[in-house]
Amino acid sequence: MNFDFSDDQKQLRDQARRFLADRCTPAAVRAILEGPESFDRELWKGLGEMGFLGAAIPEAYGGVGLGHLELCVIAEELGRAIAPVPVASSIYQAAEALMIAGSEAQKQAWLPKLASGEAIGTLALGEGVGRVSEKSVRATVSGGRLNGVKTPVADGDVADLAIVAAKDGGRLSLYLVDLNGPGVSRETLTTIDPTRGQATLTFSDAPAELLGVAGDGWRLAAEVLDRAAILIAFEQVGGADRALEMGRDYALDRMAFGRPIGSFQAVKHMLADMYVSATLARSNAYYGAWALSTGAAELPVAAATARVSATEAFQHCSKNNIQVHGGMGFTWAFDCHLYYRRSNALALAIGSQSTWEDLLIDRLRQRNDAPAAA
Amino acid sequence: MNFDDTPEEAAFRAEARAWIEANAPKELEAELKRGGFGNNGLKSVDTITASKAWQKKKAEAGWACLHWPKAYGGRGATPIERVIWGQEEGVYGALSGLFIIGHGMCGPTVMAWADEETKTRLLPPLASGEHIWCQLFSEPAGGSDLAGLRTAAVQATDGSGDWIINGQKIWTSGAQHSDYGIVITRTDPTVAKHKGLTMFWLSMKTPGIEVRPIKQANGQSGFNEVYFTDVRIPDSQRLGAVGQGWQVSLTTLMNERLSIGSGMPTGFPELFDFCMNLQTEDGLAIDDRSVRSRLAQYAVKASGLKYTGMRAISALSKGETPGPENSIGKLVAGATMQELAMFALDLQGQGGVVRDPELSAAGARFQEMLLRSPATRVEGGTDEILRNIIAERVLGLPGDIRVDKDVPFKDIPTSGRA
Repeated sequence: MNFDFSDDQKQLRDQARRFLADRCTPAAVRAILEGPESFDRELWKGLGEMGFLGAAIPEAYGGVGLGHLELCVIAEELGRAIAPVPVASSIYQAAEALMIAGSEAQKQAWLPKLASGEAIGTLALGEGVGRVSEKSVRATVSGGRLNGVKTPVADGDVADLAIVAAKDGGRLSLYLVDLNGPGVSRETLTTIDPTRGQATLTFSDAPAELLGVAGDGWRLAAEVLDRAAILIAFEQVGGADRALEMGRDYALDRMAFGRPIGSFQAVKHMLADMYVSATLARSNAYYGAWALSTGAAELPVAAATARVSATEAFQHCSKNNIQVHGGMGFTWAFDCHLYYRRSNALALAIGSQSTWEDLLIDRLRQRNDAPAAA
Repeated sequence: MNFDDTPEEAAFRAEARAWIEANAPKELEAELKRGGFGNNGLKSVDTITASKAWQKKKAEAGWACLHWPKAYGGRGATPIERVIWGQEEGVYGALSGLFIIGHGMCGPTVMAWADEETKTRLLPPLASGEHIWCQLFSEPAGGSDLAGLRTAAVQATDGSGDWIINGQKIWTSGAQHSDYGIVITRTDPTVAKHKGLTMFWLSMKTPGIEVRPIKQANGQSGFNEVYFTDVRIPDSQRLGAVGQGWQVSLTTLMNERLSIGSGMPTGFPELFDFCMNLQTEDGLAIDDRSVRSRLAQYAVKASGLKYTGMRAISALSKGETPGPENSIGKLVAGATMQELAMFALDLQGQGGVVRDPELSAAGARFQEMLLRSPATRVEGGTDEILRNIIAERVLGLPGDIRVDKDVPFKDIPTSGRA
């Protein structure tokens, strides 16, 4: 049994960690939080040049052609560094959708640009408050023209390509829309985590090109979200680990009542519980990585498991990291809130915790109902 | 990343599977499968007889105590082979419950500290299940603070070198069935508490030993109190030097965490199955959104433990030592099971109060789980001790300030209200 990453993959992780330690410091994250830019353009360019963005994209489409396990270890490091870049939208979702369902021409047109970072893609499903479902989609396509409003769209303010869920004659499909083309207007949204942007996209007769099979949109979206869930789970695991480390380090340094606060059991036990959540989430994320890389039949179960566990862990660790820091944890100057913001934003990205809990139970049930798997 | 055996592992698995297939007590399979929490399911045969028979058969064919050296009745197998054996033994593994303490804790301690003659004499019948062993550690005054124990061993003044033991042990699993035990005692109360301890092995038939079952909070009696009244044993039964008992006990406790920490059940598969079949006014329980949310939370804990175990097995497979992540097992499983059991009763409404295998939903499985689960969070290291271990050994946080560390044992206060 080898339920672990290979030595090469671990080396890649170390390489990504060193790169991000240098190029994605807390100060760099803070520059996006406080400044006018929506993402770190220099970092994004660097990630493309290093081949990190294209790790799972085949060489024939401009990628590095490694695989999803490699992308998982990179995602963990991006999460650890809370990288302010549109990687979840562009790589985990748009590129994955194109690799699953894109025509040869569509893949040739977009994947090389996504792999290099020259273009940014995103997935646009939701249309406001409430769970996204097949029923909730009101955007329409008729004669190749898209009309409707998608909000919030992750990285919609900077994306060049949106993969949009819309209905043509009642049949839900996914469509490619060039956001630099006609009929598209964008409005940047104020959010709980400005280090990853969100926007409202309004389409008025925007040219739209079918992705995959007509009427297959919801199934395809679910498949893309499952893959994204596993990759985002690695970001969450990386973030949870870093928040735990920050709390641990502070508990070792900070003195109160004549002792390091890390010597009080109330604080030790809180940190121990954070370690427990982070460990469970890591093991579940590995399960997801295994399913993603092998295309196992239980990928939907693994994705929902990884997602629910990672969301729980990052939220738990980021909020208790603030608690360990006490009042300092609630200052703008300390970095705790950067992780708190990201943990909450990621908990809502691609569907909230209750949505994924529901999905997990549906899928466990389907697995139980299925004839004994071979 | 894969779950596949290496060629060597596959060969070992095939050999183990073939032997089990040809030799396991198939007539007990159905009963053992029905076994559950705190109950091995056996009705048609006596558990001790059946357990000893299976252990003897394994020993004769070289499948007992896989991790022990052959010279002491084991197989000299690798850690990963031990894991594979456990997977293949399946339901028949429940027949090993009687020997867990002996094989997992007492045996390794004797192996590490006894002389060769003693090891050759005591260990093979322990491996083969002929003898059952117990571990006489906890006391009314020494649980989490084991070194606070008060059972005294005093050397006889007649020049024989014999030791005379007086005191009381508690929470001793299997003492009523045991032939032998290892006992930790205080031999010097004038020095600091960790320094005045000494370990011995002894026959449970030694005059002056009295075993009394403890009636537990759930009504069962799995544990015992063991009283020592002028129990006299020779100095040759000492394990380690006089005053070295604490170091000797650590051998045992390290092994305790290894054997108990792996594969802890959470009760999730049983709860999921229950919710799939429970009809409520509004349909199946599993269709209720609040039920689904709770189930999902338990599901990821059960899954997280399962795959944490897989990571540990992978480390063993590569010849590495599993990382500290294994220490979370009992901590997660115990609390999850306790909460999950009450949730299952909640779903049964007022009827959840009934604890009767004939009348209760799911054969009263969750009622039993609820009443037994508090023990899981205490035995083999309380939740609080486990959190201390994670905080100190994994995260590197400072140890507790120990106010009794350098105080002679006899001067340590014994009442919080004195």
